[in-house]
Amino acid sequence: MDFGATIQGSWQLLLQGLWATVLVSVLAIGAGIVVGFVLCLMILSKFRVLRALAGVYVWVIRGTPMLVQAFIVYFGVPQLVRLIVPGFTISTFVAGGITLTVNASAYLSEIFRSGINAVDPGQVEAARSLGLSGSRTMARIILPQAVRITIPSLVNQFIITIKDSSLLSVIGMAELVNKARVYVGATYNYFATYILVAVLYLAVISVLMVVSRRVERRLNRDKDSR
Amino acid sequence: MTKILVEAVRKRFGDLEVLRGIDLSVDAGEVICIIGPSGSGKSTLLRCVNQLERVTAGRVVVDDIVMSDPKCDLNAARQHLGMVFQGFNLFSHLTVRRNLTLAPMDVKKLPQADAEALAVELLTRVGLVDKIDAYPRQLSGGQKQRVAIARALAMQPDVMLFDEPTSALDPEMVGEVLTVMRQLAADGMTMLVVTHEMGFAREVADRVIFMDDGVIVEQGRPSEIFGNPKEPRTQDFLRRVSQAG
Repeated sequence: MDFGATIQGSWQLLLQGLWATVLVSVLAIGAGIVVGFVLCLMILSKFRVLRALAGVYVWVIRGTPMLVQAFIVYFGVPQLVRLIVPGFTISTFVAGGITLTVNASAYLSEIFRSGINAVDPGQVEAARSLGLSGSRTMARIILPQAVRITIPSLVNQFIITIKDSSLLSVIGMAELVNKARVYVGATYNYFATYILVAVLYLAVISVLMVVSRRVERRLNRDKDSR
Repeated sequence: MTKILVEAVRKRFGDLEVLRGIDLSVDAGEVICIIGPSGSGKSTLLRCVNQLERVTAGRVVVDDIVMSDPKCDLNAARQHLGMVFQGFNLFSHLTVRRNLTLAPMDVKKLPQADAEALAVELLTRVGLVDKIDAYPRQLSGGQKQRVAIARALAMQPDVMLFDEPTSALDPEMVGEVLTVMRQLAADGMTMLVVTHEMGFAREVADRVIFMDDGVIVEQGRPSEIFGNPKEPRTQDFLRRVSQAG
């Protein structure tokens, strides 16, 4: 129960873990935004095949637990690859990153889609009536407005991704919870250690919330009343 | 000289045929007001002219460009047709300045300095140059619509389409928008105006078209349509409008 001793004993381990947690989450959200946006464009495309592919992807990822996905990526897929490339393995960090990215991208594609759909169709008509092409209208009119609408949900997804990354401890990725378990295994100091871990998550997510509120306020300058 | 030619145009939304064979020819410099009960197809006709709605059958020709042809380069053709909407549709994330300069710079590749000079000139014309750095949200309805007119004019179109431009305005703001439109008509702009403002139609239009149930029922000079309507449906509509007003 001695926090002082726990901090002293575990801080190096926990900071290493925290760094891995933040790194894998930032990478996953970054890659997830790219993949999610492509998925979103596929869902909105006029080509049925693209719509179907993206639809199945989102359906499967949203409909299965991330833990199972992590097992498939870390244990399942390499086993399959070993049939062709003997001795193939994948690091826990890469497997964890892929799992988180795949997961975030499915949810982000839905977030982007609803953001784009929330833009007033009149904005599109005005742009088209001025002679802007479909893609220019998307780039100049729809996306800038959709981004604003999307930011709160995007931040929410970022928070979920950071918290979900704790599940990757199960495949042995050396993130925050995994490091904490190592420390607890040696010291049996459950209470203080896990409270510390909770505080560290809370701190990271709080920073994210403050930053996002700033960004939101800046983007919404034009919404100030007169 | 014929500016707009609409030939046997039909428009169907599912089971509903909104336009049932429209023929219309508009000369350069002509101001045409389209009146009629709601649901008569007036707005749809206007939107078929710049192909925001594709026609189901028939032809729309503007300046010898066949707009209704599936192979028509609509983005190029639409530059000749300014459109003003009932709901203004100003780009809400952009300042008034950018609302006016975006399309000229993006579509016509006008240099920024030229586009901005044009924006200042047009905003001066509609009396809003002091609002150049405002966002749409900071404007009243009447001001928004005047900016929307200026934005359409920034592409230097030779036809202006107005889709019930004053219907969403508070009564005290209708006048300022009509004044701008009156000025535009006096400057010789070809205008197609869907409106409920009978006073404006009577005073400004060269020709008034009465539509009902997807067809043009009657058309003529304002004095004929308002003074001596021949068709019973026109008479009935005008009677109801004058009672309401």
